[in-house]
Amino acid sequence: MMMADSGSNEEVAVIGNTDITSTESENNIINTMVERGTPLLRKMEINVAEAEKRTGKNTVNMQETYTVYLIEIRPAETVPEGGTPATPDALWRRYSEFELLRTFLLVTYPYIIIPPLPEKRAEFVWHKLSADNLDPDFVERRRVGLENFLLRVASHLVLSNDKIFFLFLTEEKGWREAVLETGFQDKVDSRLKSLSAMFRVKNPDKRFTEMKHYSDELNTVISQLLRVRAKVADRLYGVYKVHGNYGRVFSEWSAIEKEMGDGLQSAGHHMDTYAASIDDILEEEEHYADQLKEYLFYTDAVRSVCRKHELIQYELETLAQDLVYKKQQKEELATGTVRVFSLKGMTSKLFGTESQEQRESRLAALEQSIREGEETLKEKNTECQQFVGTAWEDIERFKEQKDKDLREALISYAIMQISMCKKGIQVWSNAKECFNKM
Amino acid sequence: MSVGAPRGLASSGQKPIAEILHPLSAAEEPLSVSVTVNVEGDKEAGLTNGTPVETSSPASTSSLFNRLQLDDDLEADVRDPYTESTETRDLFVTVDDPKKHVSTMETYITYRVSTKVDPLLRPHCRLPTTRVEFDLPEYCVRRRYQDFDWLRIKLEDSQPTHLIPPLPEKFVMKGVVDRFSEEFVETRMKALDKFLKRVADHPVLSFNPHLNAFLTAKDLNKRQGLALLTKVGESVKHVAGGYKLRARPAEFCAMGEYLDTFNQKLGTIDRIAQRILKEQSEYLTELREYGTVYSSWVGSEEELRRPLEGVAGCVTTCCGALEDLGENMSQDFLPVLREYVLYIESMKNVLRKRDQSQAEYEGRLEAAILRKQEDRTPMPLEVEKCQDKVECFNADLKADWERWQSNKRQDFKQLLTGMADKNINNYEKCQASWESLITLLQDKQTEDKMSETN
Repeated sequence: MMMADSGSNEEVAVIGNTDITSTESENNIINTMVERGTPLLRKMEINVAEAEKRTGKNTVNMQETYTVYLIEIRPAETVPEGGTPATPDALWRRYSEFELLRTFLLVTYPYIIIPPLPEKRAEFVWHKLSADNLDPDFVERRRVGLENFLLRVASHLVLSNDKIFFLFLTEEKGWREAVLETGFQDKVDSRLKSLSAMFRVKNPDKRFTEMKHYSDELNTVISQLLRVRAKVADRLYGVYKVHGNYGRVFSEWSAIEKEMGDGLQSAGHHMDTYAASIDDILEEEEHYADQLKEYLFYTDAVRSVCRKHELIQYELETLAQDLVYKKQQKEELATGTVRVFSLKGMTSKLFGTESQEQRESRLAALEQSIREGEETLKEKNTECQQFVGTAWEDIERFKEQKDKDLREALISYAIMQISMCKKGIQVWSNAKECFNKM
Repeated sequence: MSVGAPRGLASSGQKPIAEILHPLSAAEEPLSVSVTVNVEGDKEAGLTNGTPVETSSPASTSSLFNRLQLDDDLEADVRDPYTESTETRDLFVTVDDPKKHVSTMETYITYRVSTKVDPLLRPHCRLPTTRVEFDLPEYCVRRRYQDFDWLRIKLEDSQPTHLIPPLPEKFVMKGVVDRFSEEFVETRMKALDKFLKRVADHPVLSFNPHLNAFLTAKDLNKRQGLALLTKVGESVKHVAGGYKLRARPAEFCAMGEYLDTFNQKLGTIDRIAQRILKEQSEYLTELREYGTVYSSWVGSEEELRRPLEGVAGCVTTCCGALEDLGENMSQDFLPVLREYVLYIESMKNVLRKRDQSQAEYEGRLEAAILRKQEDRTPMPLEVEKCQDKVECFNADLKADWERWQSNKRQDFKQLLTGMADKNINNYEKCQASWESLITLLQDKQTEDKMSETN
């Protein structure tokens, strides 16, 4: 399936999934854990149909190989019986463009838990799994992950109505420019600055603090789970593969046996089958790992919302503090008493009191500033309340989604385990039959 | 009477005989009985070792009759002892109930050896006094490993032409294992049971007076010292025999080659089995931690509590199943492989002794021919006796070989089916656990939906 030729420009190699059947793509949608029939998804079907490897020059004129993903959209009107569905609109996007989209959403909607992208590089891999970004299996899993990301955004009440998102799906050319025009880049910088700053909120919202704490816990436990699962996969792989040696030795042994020979020989084949079966089993299990990974990355999105809330709360508190200070100053000025030690108070004591006019103009300025401050505080208060309202609504939505998704992921994991057991029983029963014939 | 009752249970020894009966195996074994007694051969063997041997005991299947038959119809003769062995099963022995004895001098384990003699199953009409040496229908004695060792040495001395089944190794592997641990004693007991069953099922060895003494006598210790001495004499004699054979018959060469290859394959299987155990135990370690992580997750969830607890529970169940699998494999599978390595060694030993016997005959024959050319004397009697002995050996060996092959086939059939069963069992336990989890979670889901609609 792969025929990469890095020598020529724009050489196209198709990686996986081009010959996907309709039932398979149906399954893919089921696998991606998104409820259908929500805002944008009600109007159109979205899927990442295939991935391609491309070689080309990048901005600094360096040769590079990258993967592009084909996004297909089609109107979700009901296809009449026997009629052919409308041909989809399709366009290619790189992973970096998905990243840009996500950053844009993250900055534009700080009160929303933005769905995470699939990992850029394979993490928590067990030894057999390739960590190569161009590995067909990895690309295929990422294709599923990217589709899942789009479906999650498209099913979100707020995000799905975003214009940039719509353009991402519909305009191949000029999309990047359109994103940059929004000026979100400036917000990125200020956002990053504020997020890295250390600040302490006096009156934190208990719910957000708890949510942040929870997302930390979830992050810890899922990463631990993924780490251990990788080790478990590694060991299980070993157990199965060592059984493959029986295949060889039974076959060699059968050569010197008369009555037992045939039974041994065919039992050996079953042992080979057993050893080989683990590849598919673990490949399938990677899907479960991907589901867990999505929630591992979600924890960052949750933390980001909580952090943003803290920031607004901090700004609010600073404003309030400032206002209190200004009011105090005004009082001092009006009564002439110094309650708080200040440099100004000192200078006035040292260099004599200021004139009446000076005092009055200062008082007026302060009053003006207090009025403004009160106005800003009011605005900030409203902003904060709004933020809390919308953010908490989204957090509630997220919690529900998480419980449902992870529950289903656990059930599908159990089903996988059952299928592994069934395979094992099948192979060993076949082998047993051969042994019995000996 | 059932024809083709398979002989020799695999050393797990837990399955009833009926279970390893295979309908196909019955057809392969023709009915025929032929037993003749050659007292002379037995006496000869007894004398070389300086051990008094009761001449009344029926001994080697070899005889002039057999020898003739061997010349005329090799195939039929080869089959004979095997068929015969399936019908002589009238002596039932069991080794069980290990007990630890602690005295000031030493600590040791004894095993109960129970014997049942079934006069109704007495098969040899031509030998009206088949089991006269057993006065009672049932015996029960306690024996320790040393006693088994004594018996084996006695058997080897008094029946040099026969394959004596192996005993489990006297010294524990690498000295790491606790000799009095339940596991070790259990494994050894099974191997001793296997050994004794093999001897008791043997058409010749089962008539050995030493076996009779072992099974019935209240006290065996007096003879112990003598046994050790003869063992030394025997091994010295073996080392001394370094003559070259003119031509070993092809069939014995093939046996030797077979044993070498088989030994090699068993070694590989043993290594694979051990490696699998190692991989499985490492897998188990990780799997246990995996379950723990799920349990620790439960604490930070509300809605997911049940599914997470469920998965943790399933992983624990799988750990248990895997642990059982590992234990069963190391207790039932590996010891049988090792026993067979020893069995191969015993077989090789008999092959060596046969070669010696042939070499002795050839040497004497050559000397006699030389003398004959000089003074025209007739072939001396002792050369003929030597020839008899070689032919006895060949016939016994071939009979034992067939028996051994058939035992081996049954044992490995049982061993490998057992391995498959153990693995199937492991998967079945896991599967059941995961399935019950799904039922639980799906019930919960429908429950939730019900309460939602209400």
